[in-house]
Amino acid sequence: MVAPLLEVRHLRVEFPTRRGTLLALDDISFDIAPGEVLGVVGESGAGKSLTGAAIIGLLEPPGRIAGGEIRLEGQRIDNLPYEQMRAIRGRRIGAIFQDPLTSLNPLYTIGRQLIETIQTHLPVGAEEARQRAIRLLQETGIPAAEQRIDQYPHQFSGGMRQRVVIALALAAEPKLLVADEPTTALDVSIQAQIISLLKRLCKDHGAAVMLVTHDMGVIAETCDRVAVLYAGRVAEIGPVADVIHRPQHPYTVGLMGSIPAMDEDRERLLQIDGSMPRLNAIPKGCAFNPRCPKVFARCREERPDLLDAGATRAACWLVKQGVAA
Amino acid sequence: MLVFILRRLAQAIVVMLAVAFIAFMLFQYVGDPVTNLLGQDATPEQRAKLRSDLGLDSSFAVQFGRFVGNAVQGEFGLSLRQGRKVSSLIVERFPATLELSLTAAVIALVVGIPLGVYAALRRGRFGAQLMMTLSLLGVSLPTFLIGILLILLFAVTLKMLPSFGRGDVVAFGSWTTGFLTFDGWKHLVLPAVTLSVFQLALIMRLVRSEMLEVLRADYIKFARARGLPNRAVYFGHALKNTLVPVITITGLQLGGLIAFAIITETVFQWPGMGLLFIQAVQFADIPVMAAYLCLIALIFVLINLSVDLLYFAVDPRLRIEKPAGGH
Amino acid sequence: MTNPVVPAAPGRFARFLDGDVWYSFKNSPMAIAAAVIAVICLFCAVFANWVAPHNPFDLATLDLSDARLPPAWMDEGKPKFLLGTDDQGRDILSALMFGARISLLVGVASVLVSLVVGVGLGLLSGFAGGKIDAFIMRVCDVMLSFPAILVALLIDGVGRAMFPNAHDTLAFGVLIIAISLTGWVQYARTVRGSTLVERNKEYVQAARVIGVSPYRIMVRHVLPNVMGPVMVLATIQVAAAILIEATLSFLGVGVPPTSPSLGTLIRVGNDFLFSGEWWITIFPGLMLVLIALSVNLLGDWLRDALNPRLR
Repeated sequence: MVAPLLEVRHLRVEFPTRRGTLLALDDISFDIAPGEVLGVVGESGAGKSLTGAAIIGLLEPPGRIAGGEIRLEGQRIDNLPYEQMRAIRGRRIGAIFQDPLTSLNPLYTIGRQLIETIQTHLPVGAEEARQRAIRLLQETGIPAAEQRIDQYPHQFSGGMRQRVVIALALAAEPKLLVADEPTTALDVSIQAQIISLLKRLCKDHGAAVMLVTHDMGVIAETCDRVAVLYAGRVAEIGPVADVIHRPQHPYTVGLMGSIPAMDEDRERLLQIDGSMPRLNAIPKGCAFNPRCPKVFARCREERPDLLDAGATRAACWLVKQGVAA
Repeated sequence: MLVFILRRLAQAIVVMLAVAFIAFMLFQYVGDPVTNLLGQDATPEQRAKLRSDLGLDSSFAVQFGRFVGNAVQGEFGLSLRQGRKVSSLIVERFPATLELSLTAAVIALVVGIPLGVYAALRRGRFGAQLMMTLSLLGVSLPTFLIGILLILLFAVTLKMLPSFGRGDVVAFGSWTTGFLTFDGWKHLVLPAVTLSVFQLALIMRLVRSEMLEVLRADYIKFARARGLPNRAVYFGHALKNTLVPVITITGLQLGGLIAFAIITETVFQWPGMGLLFIQAVQFADIPVMAAYLCLIALIFVLINLSVDLLYFAVDPRLRIEKPAGGH
Repeated sequence: MTNPVVPAAPGRFARFLDGDVWYSFKNSPMAIAAAVIAVICLFCAVFANWVAPHNPFDLATLDLSDARLPPAWMDEGKPKFLLGTDDQGRDILSALMFGARISLLVGVASVLVSLVVGVGLGLLSGFAGGKIDAFIMRVCDVMLSFPAILVALLIDGVGRAMFPNAHDTLAFGVLIIAISLTGWVQYARTVRGSTLVERNKEYVQAARVIGVSPYRIMVRHVLPNVMGPVMVLATIQVAAAILIEATLSFLGVGVPPTSPSLGTLIRVGNDFLFSGEWWITIFPGLMLVLIALSVNLLGDWLRDALNPRLR
């Protein structure tokens, strides 16, 4: 077994507010192997982006890590001082965010932003940095890279900008890329291109990807494994095909069921009754129990850990009972 | 971009004409210009002669046209209070006000911007809080009171600096400057500092709030996510984005310095245009008021225009761009 | 089934106490201090007749032998005159309170006038749109580029020239109008912005379809949404108005000499600075600063408290 690139163990993130402390991430654990693409999927507010922010060490105050560990290649990174974490950011872990327009500084050319990033992490001179930058742009499919490197962000279209952002994130050759909803702000027709570009580049550069999204289609296309988040906890995690076709957690079942299929004839869309609980009103036991069609007594009392359910692992007492969800 | 400049020039001319109109109305209808010039005891014949001499019997449009024509050449007639030509009065006083305002502007910028950056970066710490409170004090203290306090401290108690007048000046033709003598500088210190305080506080607060806003932006988050050192994030990315709107707003504010100089010049008896204007207001000396109004409007319009052009130079999004291509 | 007990909805005051604004106030020592100082100054100003130890306007009580006394804690001071006296024997502390009353009067009146004008024009501009909107905004732009002092001085000067022998009420009126004309632009812009936003919302369009008059829409829907920023503006403007009035009075073109405001007192006292009688000008100055500072602090705190992004 290859040693995991990233290990997240029992991660807890809390937000102290004046009305009490809110636990936004409650005991999240997962691994990412080198070179693999892990999808992190869930509804808005489930904690997907927070997980990414915690990993790269850019949680916005007053949010803070309240427990658990994050290890990168065996080394603990959640408790590092800012300067040491800064050296890791960009060089060993990269990140890209949702909106390519606001991710780029409008007052600097993309060349300057690229060269600055390269020279921060790699000991190369200005000329070599520029050559590397041009190569990166070409790799991400930007035509006439040699001229366009001196242009400003507003001179690029949305899809082009996201390519530039990807180039920036990979500039220092990180081993892990955290991609937070990279295609949500793009046209549907561009999304596929960008996703496949992302996957190809990461494979070429040998980088693993943590792909955060709410779009199951993207997950199905791109990921090796997927983790389903619910109310700050992991509901189910496993290989993509198994989670999609043979989900073990009732929430995952509901999620997959709510995706309309082209070949079905349906009058009403399926949905899960109710909505995800607010952070200050999480039910006792399993967080999903008020909405679960298969709920029983134990669900309301004890919170299930991630239990082995064959191909996947699901946080559901049904697994213990050997009953299919 | 040429279109932009032309449009702004046209706007500027419209504003100037509007101001000239107001000045003209002042001239014609506030008080009687003939009485103002001849006094109460003039005979009807003298009045009639003066009326025709001044062209007061021509139509409104003609008079306005003549007024604008004169104004453009700097001709505003005679001061009611002093009997001298308004234009020569203004020319005499202008250098003093200009030097005072420029010095105050430099002080406000050189001190205000760094302090604002400091207050933003060290937000929440004691030093920054103190600075914010002091800046609030700066905008709560009226300029004249600052002047009085400074006079009390440095001129009356410590007897270190003079408290009125300009000191020794060196003349170049009709231009006089106090920059070239030590005595001139000594006289300049207190008034310039007084004038700069309000603007300084304003600039500091502006820079701080802009910087805090910029630091929340996504590109700053992305820059941090790329592992850029703090120096590059704060002074490379954040500062430049902060200064772009700040510089333009500040440019407009500094125009206000020329007007605030009115108060400072009064407190320190600084022989500038502001003091001239106050005396004109107290005396209802309409020609001087009108001339001052037109001059100030001109200065403001020029400053506005320069600031717009500056924006163009600094923000690449405003320049003509090549069409965005490809996907 | 028994009827579930529904607790009565909390009254408005109870909701206010539970809300973020009051919470922010309780936890901000600056805001509390500022409020206390502002209230004290306001109290002294409004009730000056009863609170002040002497009446500086009553010529009968003045005694020239009491003139130019320093504050009570200094060598030649008398406890009767806590902050000293001026060259006519008037008690500085009392003159302060009466002066503050005038300053506050002019300041608040000006803000009220500019608030009404500005909010009205802003609503009109936002709702009417088109040429009216463009014209009003142009005027705003031009006015904003002129500093307040200049505008106030000009109007005051013109007023003086037009009514050379005006009696006091007219002089006050001109002053208040002069100051209020410097401030209305901010309200107009803010309100116009909000009006434009609300105007495009569906409920406004629905109301128009039903036939509700635009006036009612503006007053009932737009106005409440705008009150927050307008309150912040008004608070800060009161401080600014007081300072402008003080400046004008100091320059000799403000309130008439028979009703001296703090600015007038400072001007009169300025003449005595060099002979060492600093208290005649400094104490009115201090009072002015206290009022302006406390109001500014309150305005600052209010703006932060009402800004959802800073919570």
